[in-house]
Amino acid sequence: MQSGEMSLSRRLRSGDPIAHTLTGMAASTILAITALLAYHLWVGSAEARETFGWGFITASTWDPVKEVFGALPFIYGTLATSFLALFIAVPVGLGAAIFLAELAPRGASDALTFMIELLAAVPSVVYGLLGLFLMVPFLQSTVVPALVAVLGFLPLFQGRFNGVSVFSAGIVLALMIVPFIVSVSREVLLAVPQDQREAALALGATRWETTWKVVVPYAMRGIFGSVFLALARALGETMAVTMVIGNKPQISSSILEPGYSIAAVIANEFAEAGGMHQQAIIELGLVLFVLTVLINGVARLFILSMKGGAK
Amino acid sequence: MTITKLFPAAVAALLGMTLASCGSSEQPQNLTGAGATFPNPIYSKWFSDYQKANPLIQINYQSLGSGAGIKQATDGTVDFGASDQPMTDDQISKFRTARMSGVLHFPTVMGAVVPIYNIPGVTGEINFTGAALAGIYLGKIKKWNDPAIASVNPDLKMPDAAIEVVHRSDGSGTTFVFTDFLSKVSPDWATAPGKGAAINWPVGLGGKGSEGLTGLVKQTPNSIGYTEMIYAAQNNITMGRVQNAASKFVKASPESVSEAAAQVPMPDDFRVSITNSPGDASYPISSFTWLLIPEKIADAGKRTVIVNFLKWMLGPGQAMAPALQYAPLPAAVVAKEQAAISAIQ
Repeated sequence: MQSGEMSLSRRLRSGDPIAHTLTGMAASTILAITALLAYHLWVGSAEARETFGWGFITASTWDPVKEVFGALPFIYGTLATSFLALFIAVPVGLGAAIFLAELAPRGASDALTFMIELLAAVPSVVYGLLGLFLMVPFLQSTVVPALVAVLGFLPLFQGRFNGVSVFSAGIVLALMIVPFIVSVSREVLLAVPQDQREAALALGATRWETTWKVVVPYAMRGIFGSVFLALARALGETMAVTMVIGNKPQISSSILEPGYSIAAVIANEFAEAGGMHQQAIIELGLVLFVLTVLINGVARLFILSMKGGAK
Repeated sequence: MTITKLFPAAVAALLGMTLASCGSSEQPQNLTGAGATFPNPIYSKWFSDYQKANPLIQINYQSLGSGAGIKQATDGTVDFGASDQPMTDDQISKFRTARMSGVLHFPTVMGAVVPIYNIPGVTGEINFTGAALAGIYLGKIKKWNDPAIASVNPDLKMPDAAIEVVHRSDGSGTTFVFTDFLSKVSPDWATAPGKGAAINWPVGLGGKGSEGLTGLVKQTPNSIGYTEMIYAAQNNITMGRVQNAASKFVKASPESVSEAAAQVPMPDDFRVSITNSPGDASYPISSFTWLLIPEKIADAGKRTVIVNFLKWMLGPGQAMAPALQYAPLPAAVVAKEQAAISAIQ
């Protein structure tokens, strides 16, 4: 009897090294791919980095004919559209997640979540074309005139609106990232232990107070995780953005003006580029990579500091 | 024991089968090409029809863009390239160094780039001079009733509305042909922004691909754009007439494009621009598109396929062009290319 148990536990333990090796290999593959990506972006842009130096990220002219390349308008466009998308998607996504996790009946919640997750599977080119042919005319006829009437005194909403703009791109991106925020945040909220809720209710809190003051703060780290996942998706989105952003490399104080993003210019120009033009586009890839790493790094630090503060 | 005995026998049987299938007739041949997107509809038709006639031959074509076609042909990752603009001397010398072989340009068909527009109240075909198109795209001509436009369109009532300029945002042979024409008719354009598949546009919105550009034009009142003749024709978009070098306003059609090509002497290396071509009936924003074939092809099987395909393309292949809205090659160019095929070794 005794020896039987021993051999069972030994057999279980003997599987550990194999699992350890396999999962370790899987993890290091991801590391290796990231390193390889960074290496190739670095090597592939060597001449461009040498020619333009730091001026590449501070200059605003992008001229493939004269081989003068500056990335500032693209960096601006990428950041502006992504954060605009977050500004719209976070309240909507978080609201939906709270409703689905805390307030809706379980059956309805599962059905709705399934449909929201379907949104994440729609190809981005479909979002782009729907954006261009359905959303843009609607913005032009209805939404923007109303916005300008109310908020037109802000520089953000001045200038001529042509339909395609930073604003339009932000909205399409928001639609695309909402499913990530809803789906991940809902899971995180559902994972909050039931005794947290019961304790709050027992202390006399209402349903909403329990949700807002106990459940959401408990799940805050996971919610932020979902937001940064969504942000990463927005930063790198290509097809949908290029369809509705206007593809004009300029920095304007108004979000109703057209702009251009890093991912969009890479998708637009890479196929036909050669020589220094190609180098500059690869350097744009490097800039986007560094930008993503930086933003994710800041996000990590933020989440870490928040954990210390909350407890 | 039985397995070790059986194994060599099985290998021998398999080998025999393979050898038999090879020896019976010709070997199957797989060729790959990459490049220009503009001729993709007719290339797809050609390659699939050619395969139907020659079941052992398969030609895969990837329409990745002219730049990618030149790059991949130079790297040797494809058997042939395709481009909407001829290779530059620099690109040819790179090709020579990398492949230890020259590269031959074979024009296949011709196309045209046409101005398209969306002006509420104007349904007729607008006449554009080259100078007016350059002025609009430079941002110097700002309104549709500008004298530069209105004076050559006495029958149309051009509105007092700001022109919304739309151009392609992706690098494209269409943009190259359009800017090549503008560079020839406008010294200002030639200095800056110049010609290229992607350029630094002084004004305007960028639409990705023909569908993105057309979508923008359709939705933006008082806008102007440019697209391939084939795309405008397939989608029933009104195209403007453009003034040619003989001061005539001509509408793009397979005939007026063929005429433009016939008016320009063909150099021996086939690298020629036919924009702003002379002749009363020439459409001025016309262009050839080329296959890029290495001069030396070591694999005899592939060489035979390419040579036979080129001969077929210059014969029955040309007859398919007009149905797909491409202009067929002028007879003189066909004859010249047939002679040039022998340079492939």
